[in-house]
Amino acid sequence: MARLLDVLRQQAGLTGTKEGCGEGECGACAVRIDGELVNSCLVPAAHAANASIQTIEGVAARGDLHVVQEAFLEHGGAQCGICTPGMVLAAVDLLERFPHPTEAQVRAALAGNLCRCTGYMRIFESVLEAARRISASRL
Amino acid sequence: MTPLDGFDLVTPTTLDEALALLASDPAARPLAGGTDVMVQLEAGQLPPRRYVSLWGLRELRGIVEAPDAVTLGALTTYTDIRRSDTIAREYPLLARAAEETGGVATQNRGTIGGNIANASPAADTPPALLVYDAAVELRSSAGTRRVAYAGFHSGYKQMDMQPGEIITRVHLPRRSGWRDYYRKVGPRRAQAISKVCVAGSIAMDGPAVRDVRIALGSVAPTVVRAAAAEGALRGKRIDGESIAAARRALVHEIAPIDDLRSTAEYRLRVAANRVEEFLRG
Repeated sequence: MARLLDVLRQQAGLTGTKEGCGEGECGACAVRIDGELVNSCLVPAAHAANASIQTIEGVAARGDLHVVQEAFLEHGGAQCGICTPGMVLAAVDLLERFPHPTEAQVRAALAGNLCRCTGYMRIFESVLEAARRISASRL
Repeated sequence: MTPLDGFDLVTPTTLDEALALLASDPAARPLAGGTDVMVQLEAGQLPPRRYVSLWGLRELRGIVEAPDAVTLGALTTYTDIRRSDTIAREYPLLARAAEETGGVATQNRGTIGGNIANASPAADTPPALLVYDAAVELRSSAGTRRVAYAGFHSGYKQMDMQPGEIITRVHLPRRSGWRDYYRKVGPRRAQAISKVCVAGSIAMDGPAVRDVRIALGSVAPTVVRAAAAEGALRGKRIDGESIAAARRALVHEIAPIDDLRSTAEYRLRVAANRVEEFLRG
């Protein structure tokens, strides 16, 4: 049995996905399988067979940063960077399901992602700013 | 070298195939969403034996409504529960429990069957299942049986399940006319394992209690129904006297411990306070 996390990092060379706690508490290893956010340290690789997997490398796939990544850069949403890939994926996941989230919804959606620099307020601001830009771009 | 080298995972695609695999190897164990089993595997708490993945079994998915019951496939995830209008309307305690379990990533993979089979006394959905008089359907290659969820867990991590059996469905009888209560007490709402969890439901007959259910997590070796406290309330008015009687009964039927999350004393007091909060509405 292999963890999806190890297959991504060691076999596919996609080291943007981080290992934090290794027990599903911190969200640093979050990826999306068929559009669903999961902690890849708790997913047997076999459970991702024939599925579409999105890692942080696939969020800016064509070289252009995702609006969530731009907002993280501009609002200081990233510090040491360990939690950032998981935070960004959790935020992208939220904004695809709820394009106009309240701050409470942002907090709930990111509740499974721990930031060891404790930069939560700037992370929440970044996600809310990304939501505003998505709304503005659709007007 | 990765942490799980040496652990064999097989991935059957039908329920019959999964049951045959489990029957042929009595040491084999089922694995559903993996949110508990993977943690235990990586911590070295489980032996290197065969694990049979249930995750791909479509037969175990879905929420089905019938006139007398709502049935959840064992692979129903917390996210599925949160998205179900029927559960939000008729079984709000289950919706609350799903919402307060883990975070989004855990809710996308954790399953109701896995939550029962993992048998943690601190699990969040079992108190709701007890309050709703749930029944569990078990299946092996030898056949299917159905048991009441109350009493399914007989001791710490002990349950009425044989090697080769898996949980296939959870039945919830339909109900109306009850007032429900759920309170998970912990350091934060997401991710935290509860210090105490209380689920309750009460039906009145005029001024008197017609029937009541009280179930608690994290206060005994298993999730428990507070049968004595319930007995102290049936047929009574809700007043200081009946509430005091329920509190007295409660402290004799739960057995909380000191551990890294809380103390026995705190759990006893908070459990009784939350039950009183439930009764006073």
